[in-house]
Amino acid sequence: MAAVIELPISTYESVVDPDWCPGCGDFGVLRALEIAAGKLGIQPKDLMVVSGIGCSSNLPGFIHTYGVHSLHGRAVAVASGIKLANHGLKVVITGGDGDGYGIGIGHFIHAMRRNLDLTYIVMNNQIYGLTTGQASPTTMKEMRTKSTPQGNLESPINPVALALVSGATYVSRGYSGENKHLADLIAGAIEHHGFSLVDVFSPCVTYNKVNTYEFFRKRVYKLEGEDGYDTANGEVALQRSFEWGDRIPIGVFYRDVQPTYDDSEPALHNGPLVQQQMGMSKELFDELMEEFM
Amino acid sequence: MNTRREVTVGIGGAAGDGLDKTGDTIAKTCSRLGLYLNAYNSYQSVIRGGHIWLRVRISEQKIYSHGDHLNVLIALNQDAIERHAREVASGGAIIYNSDKLKVDPVLIGDNVLTAPMPVAELIKPMGKLPAIMQNTVSMGAMLYLLNLEFEMAAEVLADTFKHKGDAVVEQNVNIARAGYDYAKEKFVPLGYEWDFTRVRRPFVTGNECFAIGAVAAGCKFYSAYPMTPASSILHWMANHGAKCGVLVKQCEDELSVVNMAIGAGHAGVRAMCGTSGGGFALMTEAIGMAGMIEAPVVVIAVQRGGPSTGIPTKTEQADLNQVYGASQGDYPRVIIAPTDTTDCYFTAVEAHNLADKYQLPVTIISDLLLSEHPETVEADAFHHDVPIERGEIISEWPDGEKGQFKRYAFTRSGISPRALPGTAGGMYVAATDEHDEEGVVISDVFTAPPVRRKIQEKRMRKMEAVLGELQPPQLEGPADAELTLVGWGSTKGVIHEAITMLAEQGISANHLQIKYLHPFHTKEVSEILGKCKRTICVEVNFTGQFARHLRAETGYSVNDLVLKYDGEPFEPHHIVEEVRAIIEGKPRSTDVSLDEAREIAYHYIRVHLADKVRPANLEQVDGDDERMWLVELAGRESGEKEGELRIGVETGSVYSWEPKKVLSAGAGSD
Ligand SMILES: Cc1ncc(C[n+]2csc(CCOP(=O)(O)OP(=O)(O)O)c2C)c(N)n1
Ligand code: SF4
Ligand SMILES: [Mg+2]
Repeated sequence: MAAVIELPISTYESVVDPDWCPGCGDFGVLRALEIAAGKLGIQPKDLMVVSGIGCSSNLPGFIHTYGVHSLHGRAVAVASGIKLANHGLKVVITGGDGDGYGIGIGHFIHAMRRNLDLTYIVMNNQIYGLTTGQASPTTMKEMRTKSTPQGNLESPINPVALALVSGATYVSRGYSGENKHLADLIAGAIEHHGFSLVDVFSPCVTYNKVNTYEFFRKRVYKLEGEDGYDTANGEVALQRSFEWGDRIPIGVFYRDVQPTYDDSEPALHNGPLVQQQMGMSKELFDELMEEFM
Repeated sequence: MNTRREVTVGIGGAAGDGLDKTGDTIAKTCSRLGLYLNAYNSYQSVIRGGHIWLRVRISEQKIYSHGDHLNVLIALNQDAIERHAREVASGGAIIYNSDKLKVDPVLIGDNVLTAPMPVAELIKPMGKLPAIMQNTVSMGAMLYLLNLEFEMAAEVLADTFKHKGDAVVEQNVNIARAGYDYAKEKFVPLGYEWDFTRVRRPFVTGNECFAIGAVAAGCKFYSAYPMTPASSILHWMANHGAKCGVLVKQCEDELSVVNMAIGAGHAGVRAMCGTSGGGFALMTEAIGMAGMIEAPVVVIAVQRGGPSTGIPTKTEQADLNQVYGASQGDYPRVIIAPTDTTDCYFTAVEAHNLADKYQLPVTIISDLLLSEHPETVEADAFHHDVPIERGEIISEWPDGEKGQFKRYAFTRSGISPRALPGTAGGMYVAATDEHDEEGVVISDVFTAPPVRRKIQEKRMRKMEAVLGELQPPQLEGPADAELTLVGWGSTKGVIHEAITMLAEQGISANHLQIKYLHPFHTKEVSEILGKCKRTICVEVNFTGQFARHLRAETGYSVNDLVLKYDGEPFEPHHIVEEVRAIIEGKPRSTDVSLDEAREIAYHYIRVHLADKVRPANLEQVDGDDERMWLVELAGRESGEKEGELRIGVETGSVYSWEPKKVLSAGAGSD
């Protein structure tokens, strides 16, 4: 393998400054992604960042790479199409909890089941930020939001557990306040060959007054720091994914190497689709027509 | 009797009776002999049981629809006899397995040959065989009755079964031969004479043409979620994808289908997806996205009967409003309604070229009839070396020297050269939020009304060039005709035949068929219609969606509408009858006709009376609220009256079922 030439984070600096509220957790995620890409030496032209709609989904506009800022909930599907068309690209999906675990949850589950080689970073602020503070699929029970003034009646989704049972081969959780750790998780996810999830506690300082930096600072601890935590053990990972309360684990829960969809798809054996010859030979045409005669 | 050079064969049976295979053998045999075919399968269910009714029209001349007639019925079950025996025209025949089935004389018209085949006896010498062999026996008899060449059928059977080995081939040929020989011994041929040119022509469906045309055009990505009647594109692609270099993806839903296709198109691969109305409804937001981020994608929308889940295996042209109204906002897009099977091939090619050159979504709107009915197309109808026009794509962008790449450069043509992801220096974000030339979002924090105005104009400017590229429609037939029939999409062939029939009846009509629905040739169409004497729009829907669209585009209102929305496609006589009624000033009646009353009775009998009776006499009588069809029901075995059914002439409601015990003694089975 060729030696990796690391790139400075300025490589990815966009002409556009982020428009997030000062203190928004998403700044840390953007920074961590730039650090990770730089560390892996990924050229901006080879990185494709795909998002949906939400505060968090504005991220592609703030990084100098290729990007698609797609529709609310559809980032994973668009990214899947891009990856299948050109699997030479590194494809990273960035979005929010509403985008990925609400309106787009179907694509999320099926992409994991397919083990497509995609990295999915979810800025999970447990609220709908862009639409000014309604309950999201990860909003804690009983929390009051604009749409649940009497308290949220629904239980939150557990993204890590969901990923574990859906076939994701790299399942992790980070915290925007732990930037270096998060950058490592993201780098690991991009390097991982297969579907990787990085669920990130990325506080919305404006609309979520419960799940704040203070909230997480007191609770998060790193799985990596623990003696003998085995990322190959799915059962233990699932157990730990339910830990929520005074102590909340972050880090890589689970990692496994399985054939990816792009490895197994015969149409891709001759290289990326986008580079393949277009059109049809006379021989093939005649052969196809013969079936109709 | 004159020599006869055109025949329509109907095969009726249950799903699972192997009817498709038999139809295929007949079709291939005739096609290889150089005859033209047009077939239509009015299937009701894709699973075992439902009634399947396949009609194959065979002619020496090019034909444009499955026609109006039925000459030979091959009945594979009793239901087929019940439902179709009376449709067989004088001079025709009914072929059936007499071990199992009966043809009650009350069911057939004059001068129709009944051709009972003692299947068990005929195939006994060949050992124990599956029931499906009755099809092959009947087909053999049909070959004889229609004066078709047995050797050609034997060749087709050999090709069909060669993968199963010589023994199976021989067995099938022998069984067909037994039917053929038996017919020769017992029956007189029906008087057909053919000139076999032996020109080999493809016998294909519209969906197959979409698929192959797309491959020829360089399509490399096809995504779909199963939905009749688009699924056969998926099946063809899945079976041929590896050979043709196409990645075929069945997705979790149509949201994924279209978004993946757009992702692939954005990344530089020619991408296509297909669905029917329900799936298209889920796709619409993303189609607008493709317009906004200027990504090429081709979507095939194959209409079936709506609304809602509707009639999945029946045809209609009622999704025009939906396709036209797809997605929020104004955005550039193309909508094409191919007009015949051959056209499906070239429409797929054209759609990919337009999508790439103008960087926009192209929707091809088809329908079950066009997509699924097979027909022979001319031997040289298709060719492999179609033009592939990819539009403007840059190969690199000297970032440092020229500044940020302007993906959405405000050009005069409206077309901004693309940088495919991976291109050195060309990094940009394709945003569904409004953006400037560089792709920088202007929707929210930085809004800029003039920039918004200019980019909207830039995008929409592309439509002028698209329109210039599309062939305007032309009026066919005599310019001074009394009538003009206007249609869109799949109805071209049937309208064409209806016009020929009208001419034979002394009514001169010409024909305007519209293929390009958007952008619309407003000027050309207005000019044409302005000169027409009286216009009738023919559509397979309830509200005349195209006539309304035409009015919106041209300000022109057609004089009359001929509409059909019972799930079955137009046959030429339907159009002729309605056109005549219009000319004669009779308002179209929606009353239940005698044939329809019989169909309604059959439906009732199937649901409530376990197929034990059949409608015998039908007559109109007075009822309390409306006039009624009084349908006498007779036992299928006994032929005796078992009860009566009353069906509203106006409403079609089944008012009452009077079992025999009320009328006389004994019990009904309701
Ligand atoms: C189809 C559709 N429905 C609703 C919206 C409105 N909308 C935009 S962002 C959003 C929620 C965003 O929440 P999340 O994904 O958690 O992102 P955050 O803003 O919290 O980062 C909604 C409902 C939309 N754009 N599209
Ligand atoms: S509203 Fe919340 S999520 Fe959105 S930018 Fe502000 S802090 Fe971040
Ligand atoms: Mg959120």
